[in-house]
Amino acid sequence: MVYEENNTEAVEMRHIISILLENEAGALSRVAGLFSARAYNIESLTVAPTDDPTLSRMTLVTTGTDDIVAQVCKQLNKLIDVVKLVNLTDNAHVERELILIKLVAEDERRDEVKRIMDIFHGHVIDMTDTTYTVEVTGDSEKIDAVLKALEHITMLEVVRSGQLGMARGGKGIV
Amino acid sequence: MELTGAEVIIECLKAEGIDYVFGYPGGAVLHIYDAFYKQDDVQHILVRHEQGATHAADGYARATGKPGVVLVTSGPGATNAVTGIATAYMDSIPMIVITGQVPKHLIGNDAFQEVDSVGITRPIVKHNFLINDVNDIAETFKKAFYVATTGRPGPVVIDIPKDITAEKVAFEYPSEIEMRSYHPASNTDHSQMKAAIELILKAERPMIYTGGGVIIGNGSEQLHTFVRSLGFPITQTLMGLGAFPASDSLSVGMLGMHGTYEANMSMHHCDVLIAIGARFDDRVTGALEKFCPTAKIIHMDVDPASISKNVTVDFAIVGEVTEVLDEMNALLGPATNQINKGAIEKWWAQINDWRAQDCLKYDRESEIIKPQFVIEELHKVTNGDAYITSDVGQHQMFTAQYYGFDKPRRWINSGGLGTMGFGLPAAMGVKLAFPDEEVACITGESSIQMCTQELSTCKQYGLPLKVINLNNGYMGMVRQWQEFFYEKRYAMSYFDALPDFVMLAESYGHVGIKVEKSCDVRPALEEAFKQKDRLVFLDFITDREENVYPMIPAGAGLNEMILV
Ligand SMILES: Cc1ncc(C[n+]2csc(CCOP(=O)(O)OP(=O)(O)O)c2C)c(N)n1
Repeated sequence: MVYEENNTEAVEMRHIISILLENEAGALSRVAGLFSARAYNIESLTVAPTDDPTLSRMTLVTTGTDDIVAQVCKQLNKLIDVVKLVNLTDNAHVERELILIKLVAEDERRDEVKRIMDIFHGHVIDMTDTTYTVEVTGDSEKIDAVLKALEHITMLEVVRSGQLGMARGGKGIV
Repeated sequence: MELTGAEVIIECLKAEGIDYVFGYPGGAVLHIYDAFYKQDDVQHILVRHEQGATHAADGYARATGKPGVVLVTSGPGATNAVTGIATAYMDSIPMIVITGQVPKHLIGNDAFQEVDSVGITRPIVKHNFLINDVNDIAETFKKAFYVATTGRPGPVVIDIPKDITAEKVAFEYPSEIEMRSYHPASNTDHSQMKAAIELILKAERPMIYTGGGVIIGNGSEQLHTFVRSLGFPITQTLMGLGAFPASDSLSVGMLGMHGTYEANMSMHHCDVLIAIGARFDDRVTGALEKFCPTAKIIHMDVDPASISKNVTVDFAIVGEVTEVLDEMNALLGPATNQINKGAIEKWWAQINDWRAQDCLKYDRESEIIKPQFVIEELHKVTNGDAYITSDVGQHQMFTAQYYGFDKPRRWINSGGLGTMGFGLPAAMGVKLAFPDEEVACITGESSIQMCTQELSTCKQYGLPLKVINLNNGYMGMVRQWQEFFYEKRYAMSYFDALPDFVMLAESYGHVGIKVEKSCDVRPALEEAFKQKDRLVFLDFITDREENVYPMIPAGAGLNEMILV
């Protein structure tokens, strides 16, 4: 009976988790180490100090069943360096990712790339005689769409930042 | 007055009320050892191997409830301590391990005896620190002790570069500490409690299942009240033995892989399971999909991450075991007269039928020494009141099954990690904590060889332990698995050469006695315990191919036991 229940619930979903942690040497490796030691997935992970330099803010994207993600959150909360954790997936939130692409842009391609950038509200931020470097921000769907739109153009390098996330509404996590 | 970093460390230990530090010197900790030399408040126990230091501190902590403290040097000192740290971690034992580190300017240079101790120990500690500044020593120690001893306890490593221990600083120990990132769970949820109580009162086939958390959290007294006011059957895990008396008729013994028939059958058939300070370990649950198929589950634990980790539970109450049980007892109060008495009586009749199976029977008349017999005799000779440590293997299971622990903190074994070599050094820590109590280490001829060197430490500090070697000539537990699951192919579970344990004990300055017949077991034990100030090593030559029964094969359900 219990077995069946678990089975029907066992759909893997993507979760975006926001973590406030002590900005201390080793804090990042504790989080990363937890994921490898317990065989949890990390799809992306971004981390940087906040306006309070003693704290870092991390956004982590993982996939798993509800049970597993609940465990992930509990285990993360158990890390002494973690000050606060919110699973953004539970509520309305915004997500952004930045992508940088260096691509071959010659002749008519130069205009074409600029047109595509206009459509996606991206920018050309560096150029040579034969290449452009462009930036686009958006949620992951938009980033995927940009990549699709540029598919037929030779890309020399692609860098994605991973997701950043924040809950909607007037409250912050502090 | 300014102190050196090394002196500050000693002052921190004094402020925490530490009486013993278990350690081994080396280059990176020489300033600290120099500071030890100049004082008498904290006694340093010099072991023979850093693993011994960690297990001794661990044994001390398990017996007293106070944190054990270890001091080792950098590099190999730290790596030798790793097994002991992991052992403490798996069983949630409060411990502080101070590891020396190379001087700050050499860190990262592959310096002599440099290892990344913080990196190596990260997955096996509750937390660890690398101290970068002499000004941070006192606060770090305060934090370390606070983290190690509160919530779900665990080992904390403090890595200290050598140069810092020589620098000077004014010492002040913080009286309190606030960590914004660490708040051990302590608020108990009344709505969950009330719902749990409703379920408990309606239960027809209830079962109480308790673990090491009750012992670590000092919740025995509250547990007694809880169990006795309900009159429900209770089973305890390997780590929980003693929290509730084994001799009480409400106790159905240990559960799990080598649990009793009655405990495992009751688990399998219960309708309400009340888990307290237990973590649904795989050695307890057997196959998860067959675990307690008809039960609603209530789980009380101090660690939120233990809730619904392996088994999804219906009601969760997170908090200190003493607080949770006090509140549960208060809420239950007179309501216990609403218990479904008729159903419970029927349930007990069923359980007593299972008990009648007498699953722990063995040949008590055997002339060849049965390991079970030694444990039962030991119980009699020590009035069931000794502190017993063990190593890992069949002898550990026999002790758990046959000693019958009536008090908490008397049974000291490595349950989570299953570390051979734990028993002897752990017993040293216990004996130092309780010099007037009887302390015995039950071991096997394989396990004892993993930390035999500590017999020398026992001599130096005059620790009159009783070492009970159940010598079956095999790595018995490995041999048992090979007998059951590998058609008796005894691959590498047998030593072609063994030491003469009597001579071994004597060479370390102790008393050695070899016992080969059942009729000599009792007199030998009595003789050993008569020698109050000597360590006596009893080498019992036991039945070579005795097995631990009952046994649940890995992957089976709790109702699928192999009986004798
Ligand atoms: C450090 C370590 N290595 C290996 C094992 C695997 N192991 C578990 S029990 C056992 C045999 C123990 O033999 P012995 O100490 O003679 O005890 P017995 O089972 O015969 O009572 C072994 C090798 C372990 N638990 N710990």
